[in-house]
Amino acid sequence: MSIWPSNPRVRLPQRPGRGASVVIRGARILDPASGIDRTGDLVVRDGVIGGDPDGLDEFDGTGLTVIPGLVDVHVHLRTPGKEDAEDIASGTASAAAGGVVTVLAMPNTQPPTDNASILGSLLERAGREAVVPTGFIPAITVGQAGESLTEHGDLADAGAAALSDDGVPVGSALVMRRALQYQSATGLLFTLHEEDMALSGAGVMHEGVVSARLGLAGIPGVSEAVQVARDCALADYEGARIHICHVSARGTVDEIRRAKGRGIMVTAEVTPHHLLLTEDAVGADPDPARVKMNPPLRSEDDRQALIDGLLDGTIDCIATDHAPHLTDEKERPFAEAPFGVIGLETAFAACHTELVVGGRMSLDDLVLRMSTTPARIFGLPVPALADGATANLVVVDLAGVDRVGDRPYASKSGNAAFAGRHVTGRVMMTLAGGQDVFRRSA
Amino acid sequence: MSARTSLLGIGDLSPDDIARILGTAERFGAVMERDIKKVPTLRGRTVVNLFLEPSTRTSTSFELAAKRLSADVVSIRGSGTSMEKGETLKDTILTLEAYGPDVFVIRHPQVGACALAGRYTDAAVINAGDGAGEHPTQALLDLYTVQHEVGSPDGLHIAIVGDVLHSRVARSGLRAFRMMGARVTVVAPPTLVPRHLGEAFGVEVSSDIRDIADADVVYVLRMQLERMGEGGFVPSLEEYARMYQVNHARLRPGQRVMHAGPVNRGVEISGAVVDGSDALIEAQAANGLVVRMAVLYDVLAGAASEPGTGDMALEAA
Repeated sequence: MSIWPSNPRVRLPQRPGRGASVVIRGARILDPASGIDRTGDLVVRDGVIGGDPDGLDEFDGTGLTVIPGLVDVHVHLRTPGKEDAEDIASGTASAAAGGVVTVLAMPNTQPPTDNASILGSLLERAGREAVVPTGFIPAITVGQAGESLTEHGDLADAGAAALSDDGVPVGSALVMRRALQYQSATGLLFTLHEEDMALSGAGVMHEGVVSARLGLAGIPGVSEAVQVARDCALADYEGARIHICHVSARGTVDEIRRAKGRGIMVTAEVTPHHLLLTEDAVGADPDPARVKMNPPLRSEDDRQALIDGLLDGTIDCIATDHAPHLTDEKERPFAEAPFGVIGLETAFAACHTELVVGGRMSLDDLVLRMSTTPARIFGLPVPALADGATANLVVVDLAGVDRVGDRPYASKSGNAAFAGRHVTGRVMMTLAGGQDVFRRSA
Repeated sequence: MSARTSLLGIGDLSPDDIARILGTAERFGAVMERDIKKVPTLRGRTVVNLFLEPSTRTSTSFELAAKRLSADVVSIRGSGTSMEKGETLKDTILTLEAYGPDVFVIRHPQVGACALAGRYTDAAVINAGDGAGEHPTQALLDLYTVQHEVGSPDGLHIAIVGDVLHSRVARSGLRAFRMMGARVTVVAPPTLVPRHLGEAFGVEVSSDIRDIADADVVYVLRMQLERMGEGGFVPSLEEYARMYQVNHARLRPGQRVMHAGPVNRGVEISGAVVDGSDALIEAQAANGLVVRMAVLYDVLAGAASEPGTGDMALEAA
C-alpha cells in the first residue's frame, strides 16, 4: 500500500543493543498483513524472526497472542527543552511498555525542531538513548510561526520522517500551499494539526453542552473542519499528500470522507482518548485538567462519528498524541493548565477494550490500524511476523485486566486521561528493532 | 460541631438546602433590624476572604457578614499578594491553610479555581465568583430578593437579558431559578449566548427583546465594554442599547427589574429604570449581607443544627 511518496532517507535510530534470542512457546501468532494466524512457537534469533529454536531462552506464550508491534506516528518526547516532563529515553521506554516499536516525535520542542542541526542532534541522541526505533518530524515553518518554510530539502536529507507544525496549524493558506508545492521535491509527508485559530479563540474545551454549563470558553468542532477543508482543497490543487492529525469532530470526518471520495491524497489518524471519552469527562472529573487536551474531547455524537470513520476507512490509523506534562503544570485552574495527556502505555489496551471487546472491530483490523497502516502511510518499516523480518513484535494477554495508574508509568509524567479506568489487554513483552525492550514484571 | 460543606456552585444545593439558607437569612434579617447588629454565632471561627479579581459588593458584604457573626476575618486582595510574585493558587492555599482557617471565600478569574482550591484545604470553600463559572451567593441573594419583593419563584417567569456567555451571575441564576420552579427565558444577541445553552439549562433562548414582555421579572446582565469592536461580540454599544437595552418603552408597569451591578446606565439598562420604583437593585445589594451571613453559617454549622434550635445564637451579643 505504499502508494504515495515518502522520504527514502528517513532515519529511525535506536540505542545499540544485542539482538534478542527467544522462542515464544504455544502462543497465537497473528499478523493479518502477512496472512499469518496460527498457534504455535515463534522463534527469534539474534533479533530476526525464524530459524532454529535450539538453545534459545523460552517464553511461555500459552494463552497469549503475538502481534506486530505498534507504530505511533504522533508522540511528544519533550526533547529538547522540557526533559523534566519527558526525554527520549523515558518516552521510548513508555512506548516499549505499551507495545509500541516505532515512534515519530513532533517538533513543538524548546527550541522547535526546525532545522537540520537540531534534527541531527536529536537523531544522534536517539541513537544513544532511544529504547525503540525513533524518528523525528521537524517543523514545516521556522519556529512553527507559520511564516517562512524551514529547509525541507535539508531536513529530508538529514532523515526527517515527515513535516508538521503540530500544536499549531499553518495559519496562512499561502504558506501551506508553498509547503505542498515543495513536497514533489522532497517526498516529505505533511502531518497537519488542523484548527482555525480565530475560531478556536481562547477556547479550552469542546464547545457544547458541558462548556455552556461550566462557563468555559469553547473550541467549536467546525474550527477543525474548516481547516481540513482548506488543506484538502490545497492538496487537491497541488497534487500533494497530507495526513490529518488527531481528528476529533464529526464535521472533520465528513470532510475527509468527501476528499477521499474525490481522490485527494489524504490520510488521517484518531487518538484513543477521542475514541473512548467525551466532553462529559471534563464535567465529571474532580481533576478536570487531567482530561484537557487539544483538540478537546468532544460530544458523544462526534465520538460515534470517529468510530464509524475508523471502521469505514475514512480514518486510517490510531496515534496517541502522547503529550507528557508535569503534575505541577496540571495543578492549575482548567483554563491555565496545559493541553495534553500521555497515552503510549494505554493505547493498545484502551482501543482493544473499546473496539474489540466492545464488538465494533476485529482484532485483525485493530492490529492493522495501530501497526501496519501507520507504518505504510509514513513509509516506515512495517512490523511483520514473517520469517526473516526484524523482530518488531508485542506479546499481549488479551484477557488481562488492569486499572490504569495502578502500576507506575514508564513515562516521566502521569497525566493520563484513562487513569482509574479498567482496560482489557495487557502488554507482556515487546521486541523492537530486534532488541528485547520490555518485559512486564509480575 | 463543624459540618463544613463547601459551596462551589448552585448544583451543590438541593431545593431544601436553598430553602434552609434563605430561612436562615430571614432570621439574620430580623437581627439586622436591631440596634446592635452583631451576634456571637461564629466566635472563634476564622474566615479568609481571598479576592483575586476586583470586587466591591461581594467582598464587602462577605467581610461584613463574617464580622457580624463575630468571626475573625482576614481579607486578601489580588494586588500585593505573593501570587503576583508567581505563587500558584495551590501554594497560596497551602500557605494560608497553615493558619487553620474554617472558611475560604474565594473570587478568582478562572472557572473551577474554587474547586481546585478545595483540593488543598480542609476548610470549607465558598465560591464568590470563578470566571464565567458560578457565583452561587449572588443567585441565593437574587432568590431571596425575588421571594421578598415578588413572591415565590415557583411558576414565575424570569427573563434574563444580555451577555450570558461571559456571565457567572447568569450561570448560577439560571440553575437557581430553574431549581426553584421558575420558567426562564434568555434574551440576548446570538453572539453572547453559549451554543447549547437551552439544552444545558432547560431554558428558552431568544434574540428578540420583545420576548421580555411576558416576564414577571427582567434580570439585566452587565454589558462588559471590552465585548465590542474588532472581532468583538457586538458591533457597538450604541446598537446593543438600541436592540437590547431594558428601558421603560420595553417594560410594562409592575414588571420588576434586577441587576447584579455595577450597572452601565444607558447601555444595558436605562437610568430611568435603575432609579424607578420597579427596580430591585438596591434590595439586591442590601440582601447580599444577610444571605452571605446565612451561607457562612450554613457551611460551618449547616445541617448540624437548624436555625433557632441548638446553639445558634440569634441574640445580640
